[in-house]
Amino acid sequence: MSSFTSQTFIDRLIQENFKFFTGVPCSLLSGLISHLEEIEDVKYTPSVREDAAVGLCAGAYLAGSLPVLLMQNSGLGYCLNAFTSLNLIYRIPVLVIMSWRGQGGKDAPEHIIMGDIDQKLLETAGMDYSILRPENCDQVLATAMRKIHDEKLPYTLIVEKGLFDERH
Amino acid sequence: MKGIEAFQQLVPLFGDVPVVHANGYICRESFSLKDREANFYMIGSMGLASSIGLGVALCKPDHKVIVLDGDGNVLMSMGTLAMIAAEAPKNLVHVVIDNEVYESTGKQRSISNAVALEQVAKSAGYRQAIRVDKKEEIKPAFEKLMNSEGPVFLLIKVEPCFDPKTGRVTHTPEEITQRFMKSLRPA
Repeated sequence: MSSFTSQTFIDRLIQENFKFFTGVPCSLLSGLISHLEEIEDVKYTPSVREDAAVGLCAGAYLAGSLPVLLMQNSGLGYCLNAFTSLNLIYRIPVLVIMSWRGQGGKDAPEHIIMGDIDQKLLETAGMDYSILRPENCDQVLATAMRKIHDEKLPYTLIVEKGLFDERH
Repeated sequence: MKGIEAFQQLVPLFGDVPVVHANGYICRESFSLKDREANFYMIGSMGLASSIGLGVALCKPDHKVIVLDGDGNVLMSMGTLAMIAAEAPKNLVHVVIDNEVYESTGKQRSISNAVALEQVAKSAGYRQAIRVDKKEEIKPAFEKLMNSEGPVFLLIKVEPCFDPKTGRVTHTPEEITQRFMKSLRPA
């Protein structure tokens, strides 16, 4: 198996025709965002809040681009109304790359509760997701692309600490 | 001027330009006056008309894009004014109907009586921001901004006059998506 890095993962997303990237940073996603800022084929637009990033992605999709939203799981609360009253009912897809802070209750206090409930919140909202791992990348991306192209609904890939390089 | 008079002035000027509408009063008044395929009616997700419009503008740089917003929506997402200013899309025209209330929920006051939204937009970095108070001023101001490099901001101060009997958007959300996307595709 070839090595799995920020660069190879972004290359895979570009192969799937994602060209519009936005989000609010997380240290677990810092390698991905740095790489996005370095390459010319895609645009990374910084968002000031995660729900604004959902809006931005919706506009990009309406205009014919496939969007990716990168955020920490702390942003999920801000996004829930946007997902339920925009994406899910209008059938506006987006690929969400969400970092998993607070996994296993081992993190700073502000991450513990969301780290426990983020996947339950997605399930309650009826939003499908997978935990991204080097060995399942092709399989979960294929599932995500079916959700996005066939059902026109959002799909979330969850990123655990250590999956991608961190830039400090 | 009454809110409905602002819509009566504005809507005939839209031509075939895509217009992203804020939820509530903005959607309902515009839809009731003239339905267009190039109207994106945002029925929920309050605050996001501006970010949706920014996304369209960034991905369709050769099209003019209008955001038709309300004071409540702008106040909820003031950070998006900064995003629009920072990205500086030349094709984005941001029009705000400011009635100083949350009109479709029963006229509860917003705080835009105390906050000059056009000054907020200008300070954020919009290339131009104009405030109008009289209906005769709308057409010349709108046409000037449509012919200017964006992002530009037009604040229209109005009095509340919403009739609760005004219809709601009758298209399903999926229909709104499909017809708006179709209107943006090259013929």
